[in-house]
Amino acid sequence: MPTRTLTPVIDRGTAGALVVTPGEVAAGRATASPLRREGPAKLTGLAKYTDDLVFPGAWYGLTIRSTEAHARLVAIEPDPDVDWLSVVIATAADIPGDNVVSLIKDDQPMLVPVGGEIQHHAEPVALLAAPDRETLRRLKGHIRLVTEPLPPVFDPEASDHEFSRIQILHGDLDAGFEAADVILEGEYRVGHQEQLYIENQAMIAVPGDDGGIVIHGSMQCPYYIHNAMKRALKLSSVEARVIQEETGGGFGGKEEYPSIVALHAALLALKAKRPIRMIYDRHEDLAATTKRHPAIIRHRTGVKRDGTLVAQDIEVVMDGGAYCTLTPVVLSRGAIHAAGPYRCPNVRIRARATRTNTPPNGAFRGFGAPQTQFAAETHLNRLAERLRLSPAELRHRNAYRLGDTTPTGQVLRESVAAEEVLRMATDFSGFEAGRAATARRAAERIGSGTIPAGALWTGTDRTASGIGLALAWHGAGFTGSGEVRLASVASVELAADGRIRILTAQTEMGQGTKTIFPQMVAAELGVPIDSVDYAAQDTAEVPDSGPTVASRTAMVVGGLCIQAARRLKAEVEVRHAGQPFHEVFREDAASHGATRIDQRFEPYPGAEFDEETYTGDAYPAFGWAAAVASVDVDLDTGEVTVNDVVAVDDVGKVIHRVMCEGQVEGGTLQAVGYATIEEIKLEDGRYLNDRLATYLIPTSLDAPRIHTVLVEAPYSGVPHGAKGVGELPMDVAAPAVVAAIHDAVGAWITELPATPEKILAALHGAPTRGRAVGPGPDDAGAAAA
Amino acid sequence: MSFRFLVNGAPAEVEVPGMRRLLDVLREDLGLTGTKEGCGEGECGACSVILDGQVVDACLVPICQVDGHIVRTVEGLSLAARERGALDALQEAFLERGAAQCGICTPGMLMAARAYLDAGGGAEEGPIREAIAGNLCRCTGYTKIVDAIAATASGEA
Repeated sequence: MPTRTLTPVIDRGTAGALVVTPGEVAAGRATASPLRREGPAKLTGLAKYTDDLVFPGAWYGLTIRSTEAHARLVAIEPDPDVDWLSVVIATAADIPGDNVVSLIKDDQPMLVPVGGEIQHHAEPVALLAAPDRETLRRLKGHIRLVTEPLPPVFDPEASDHEFSRIQILHGDLDAGFEAADVILEGEYRVGHQEQLYIENQAMIAVPGDDGGIVIHGSMQCPYYIHNAMKRALKLSSVEARVIQEETGGGFGGKEEYPSIVALHAALLALKAKRPIRMIYDRHEDLAATTKRHPAIIRHRTGVKRDGTLVAQDIEVVMDGGAYCTLTPVVLSRGAIHAAGPYRCPNVRIRARATRTNTPPNGAFRGFGAPQTQFAAETHLNRLAERLRLSPAELRHRNAYRLGDTTPTGQVLRESVAAEEVLRMATDFSGFEAGRAATARRAAERIGSGTIPAGALWTGTDRTASGIGLALAWHGAGFTGSGEVRLASVASVELAADGRIRILTAQTEMGQGTKTIFPQMVAAELGVPIDSVDYAAQDTAEVPDSGPTVASRTAMVVGGLCIQAARRLKAEVEVRHAGQPFHEVFREDAASHGATRIDQRFEPYPGAEFDEETYTGDAYPAFGWAAAVASVDVDLDTGEVTVNDVVAVDDVGKVIHRVMCEGQVEGGTLQAVGYATIEEIKLEDGRYLNDRLATYLIPTSLDAPRIHTVLVEAPYSGVPHGAKGVGELPMDVAAPAVVAAIHDAVGAWITELPATPEKILAALHGAPTRGRAVGPGPDDAGAAAA
Repeated sequence: MSFRFLVNGAPAEVEVPGMRRLLDVLREDLGLTGTKEGCGEGECGACSVILDGQVVDACLVPICQVDGHIVRTVEGLSLAARERGALDALQEAFLERGAAQCGICTPGMLMAARAYLDAGGGAEEGPIREAIAGNLCRCTGYTKIVDAIAATASGEA
């Protein structure tokens, strides 16, 4: 399916969003937006989240954590004056299997063993269970950890322990820089970000009579936990059973972290022989769980005078924290996206992730790409400034088009919509007119202050407005051969009672799985959506269709469901002399019994990736996103108000417009928070602002008006054309906000978040008050070749 | 100590320490788990309930302050409507406009919106954003929540 020129706006949704379809529409399109399936339960308070569940006789569990960043654990000493017989303590010595949280590498223990090393603050060392929370709170301080301090490492660049290293080479870098008219260098930094799902981590472990354990919990990936339990607790596939309960948000924070919570609850349950509730409070959740990886990214870019990119040399260093978790995969996605969605013949990307003695970092919406694309887009905006080109024009000249080759050597054969999203974003937002207006106002402001080179203004203008643009790409589904290795299975069953049932491990965490899967299958079978059930995410019932991550649910598993439905339809219709499925399925079920189709993932045609050399098709296709942000900057306080964001996202195929817009709006606001207020401060490896009173996320008053435009450039490798939506908006809004701040006050903020302190400091250092033209203060590395 | 109050129109009596949080009384003593705990320190608003017409964070209210007062929770929002198997206008607007995603902030958000509407709040965006500024949502970006409340205020839901 070639990418076609966009037709003008053809549809205006009820909520005001636009859906723009390039040319013809993919087959099997489901246009309706059915109501959220579990919506009524959530709206009446009847939906049961993990902490809402009652298990008679359950005790409460608690985790005893380290208070040092790096130390040897010499002993765990319960206070001899306390009666410990009425409670249960568990340590590493109680673990029946391997003391690891099974994931990529086996470096993270479930509990630090005596004699082992504590690698980070808030690391789990022992577990405690008691009949009530009061007892737990009282006894918590009576377990002493005897330790010998070890020297900690906090600087990822100083660490000698690498989790992963990647090099991507394309073309001839030296020749590229020789051909350049202008070379620009820049360094960019991003810090931790907390997923901040509003429901904290929560697990309940229920021991069975057979020695097995059933986990009920808040999670994205039941089979991750299932695997971790089999390994650490020495349980069989049947003895370990994992059931997802209603989940109050994930954003990646409930991808891998829930495994350790479930293991802890299960170990206590085995020892206490009763159900254990392991429900984190917000403080513990903030202090101990994974965050977005901080990163340092350096760019050196060669460009012709007309703006044509000729060389990009990029270095990425990510801080993995104390254990590997998913770091190599995060680094991989970050590196592959690090050059941005631009054609450039000569590219080198060197990326590494190292260990520091800080709590492990892990999955978070965007998975490495928001970090590297903040750097790429801010750098490109600085390049536009230096070349005196509009940021939109510079992007038009370099954005990927059909047939272009990426740094891994992937030829973009279809579904390339960089130009379309860019044009829609600039047109819909009035970007160029907005830029001209802020330039006029800035020119009027120059000279109005009385304090030379100061941020204080005596003019009547107390705020400066600005508008900023960013463009990004996001690889659809798992990186490289990830999907082939997963070999997911999804099933559609016509049950003997005439009900149609979808069986997958894909969890609902707000994004709409429970609604769009029945919607897609019903559309394929030609039956009402109410005829289709979605089986519970229970490892005893559903096949392993892979994790609910990487925006792969609608695209990859949704595609499998449609294929399974097609086969089911064909099989039933053959039995009934070609009569349509919807007329005969009930009769077929009654006479023939159940028919179940298991659909296994087949590699996407023509997509091949070599993980040794980092060459080939890194993703089967890419989604494309552009954002234009408009901001006001308070010239006295440096405070930023983000007023509007126009978010344009090519998702391949809009399955459910309302939910798709919801993903774009939510992802955009998380990116605005990342850009402006979300920050973790560390001291000696400990998060200082580990409460919701001090870690801030945007409220309704901080949130901009978000105008969503959905673009459809379908991918032919899946039956519906969908490329995923969840992560895409997270990549663009932060650099757009930072560009808008620059447009307003003439200062480049190169380290997120753009706090008032950083903006004021930049204002004081800025050589001009209005729009900075020519080299800025942080432009020392720029040199004409 | 014994405390008596009205919850969603029905009398309740609990024998608990006076400093027990209203949140725990609702969730654990009365089984009304629709009210959620997100932070336990009055920052997120997930536990918002209506106490004598005012939105409060149930995690910050000791039960001794509720004695003799009137509490409304999410379970009481559609009592009349639910007998007909339906949602009330606000809940329906949330459902139709996609204002609930993961749903964990939804009960508190609905109570803050209900108090705003009951106090005569209108469909203007600014006051609606003010009214729900104490209720954090991480999924929606607030756009559809604001839309749903505005639609209810103007009676077009």
